Amino acid sequence: MITPPLVRRNTPQRYRMEAYQCTKCGKIFFPGRLVCDRCKHREFEMVTLPEEGKVITHTVIRTPPTGFSDLSPYCVGIVEMANGVRILCQIADCEPETLAVGLPVTLEFRRVQEDGESGVLAYGYKAVPAR
Amino acid sequence: MRDVAIIGIGMTDFGELWTESLRDLFVKAALEAMDDAGVDHIDSMYVGSMSSGLFTGQEHIGSLLAAYLGQAPIPATRVETACASGGAALRCGYLEVASGASDIVLCGGVEKMTDVSGGRCTYALATASDQDYEAFHGVTFPGLYAMIAVAHMAKYGTKREDLAHVAVKNHDNGFLNPHAQYRMKITVEDVLNSVKVADPLNILDCSPVTDGAAAAIVCPADMARKIARKAPVKILASAQATDTIALHEREDITWNNATAAAAEKAYKQAGLSPQDICFAEVHDCFTIAEICVLEALGVVEKGKGGEASRSGMTARDGKFPVNPSGGLKSKGHPVGATGIAQIHEIVTQLRGEAGERQLSDARRGLAQNMGGSGGSAVVHIMEVLS
Repeated sequence: MITPPLVRRNTPQRYRMEAYQCTKCGKIFFPGRLVCDRCKHREFEMVTLPEEGKVITHTVIRTPPTGFSDLSPYCVGIVEMANGVRILCQIADCEPETLAVGLPVTLEFRRVQEDGESGVLAYGYKAVPAR
Repeated sequence: MRDVAIIGIGMTDFGELWTESLRDLFVKAALEAMDDAGVDHIDSMYVGSMSSGLFTGQEHIGSLLAAYLGQAPIPATRVETACASGGAALRCGYLEVASGASDIVLCGGVEKMTDVSGGRCTYALATASDQDYEAFHGVTFPGLYAMIAVAHMAKYGTKREDLAHVAVKNHDNGFLNPHAQYRMKITVEDVLNSVKVADPLNILDCSPVTDGAAAAIVCPADMARKIARKAPVKILASAQATDTIALHEREDITWNNATAAAAEKAYKQAGLSPQDICFAEVHDCFTIAEICVLEALGVVEKGKGGEASRSGMTARDGKFPVNPSGGLKSKGHPVGATGIAQIHEIVTQLRGEAGERQLSDARRGLAQNMGGSGGSAVVHIMEVLS
């Protein structure tokens, strides 16, 4: 579902990689949230996620959901960023055979899926193998 | 809290039932359960359904189904915890009877999945993952479980063949289940050579898309002794737990903490340990899931789940039979009905009515039903009421 309010609301995370760090215990959340699940503190400050990370697990999607058929097959992985935060995203510009646990990647700004019914472009982050 | 027993069960055949509607599927299973229990009236009803809206366009099915069952104006509520909806519906009925609020409650589950195309179906299922941070990126459920499998292989040395053995074993069982969607035996080679879905998972590692419904009637144990037509089954424990629904937010991707937490509560409630359980129906939506679940239930040590099927331990004649019904893999997985279909098999085995697939020692059974990639889990433990 890609609608203007949804894109607007997710812009800080999807376009600028804004995460939030608990001012009491230091845990970093991406996306931000209202209460820390570790210490229950409710104040955070914005930090930007680092662009570098490594793949901790991966797959190749060969039966895509609606909105992804023009990409199929495509690689997806869970990436641990340099500050320890984990995200899930596509791994682009990567042959399935070269996917591996530990693969160093960097984040890039890309089109993530086909446009929604309201015509808004679905931009966001993807990982690519570090060059 | 009153003791609670199951006095009736019913289920439809599982499969691609193009000529049958959601309401007819549910009512068939519900009538069979009421006939089995010998009751013509229920006080209340819970229906597990993951996404009747996205699969059929129909919400508000609690009331719809109560009316078509001829039971309006009883209270009827749809329960949703993704693929654990059926188990959660039983837990709601269990709590309502245990509390004394109602005496005879129908706990059912239904999903009608084949009215939509494959892409739409994959989309509907993916709504059980984190919509903004998983589904947005195009990951599917096979994809999430594939990533659990890759992590399990990297951490514990689990082999691709270990996954295949789970499917082979469950198809061996489902072959003997007249309700099962895929009643065929398969080999490890069949699994390894089947079409790739999300590496390393192939189509024969995945539970199918299924239409079907199941129902169970619960009542106070004291009443069950008086009115039940067949051996009543006592619910020794009913427990539920949660975890993050986004896989990447979990500290250990290979560890199913919701199942572990629900199991711990259930064992405590029943005053039992894993060694006291004779057999289990577990949520094998993908082959790797059964491996992780056996670890979380404490049936095997962490990291040892891969050996369980390969060694024969979980076969019907093994030390701890798992999924004698054929599991989700062979029997089929109409998402909201699955948790109740597991209960159907446990009760059938406890009653000694499982025919060719009857286990030699089925005194006490455990059902584990799971939602999403493990964000919800429900565990029930049952034995014949003494």
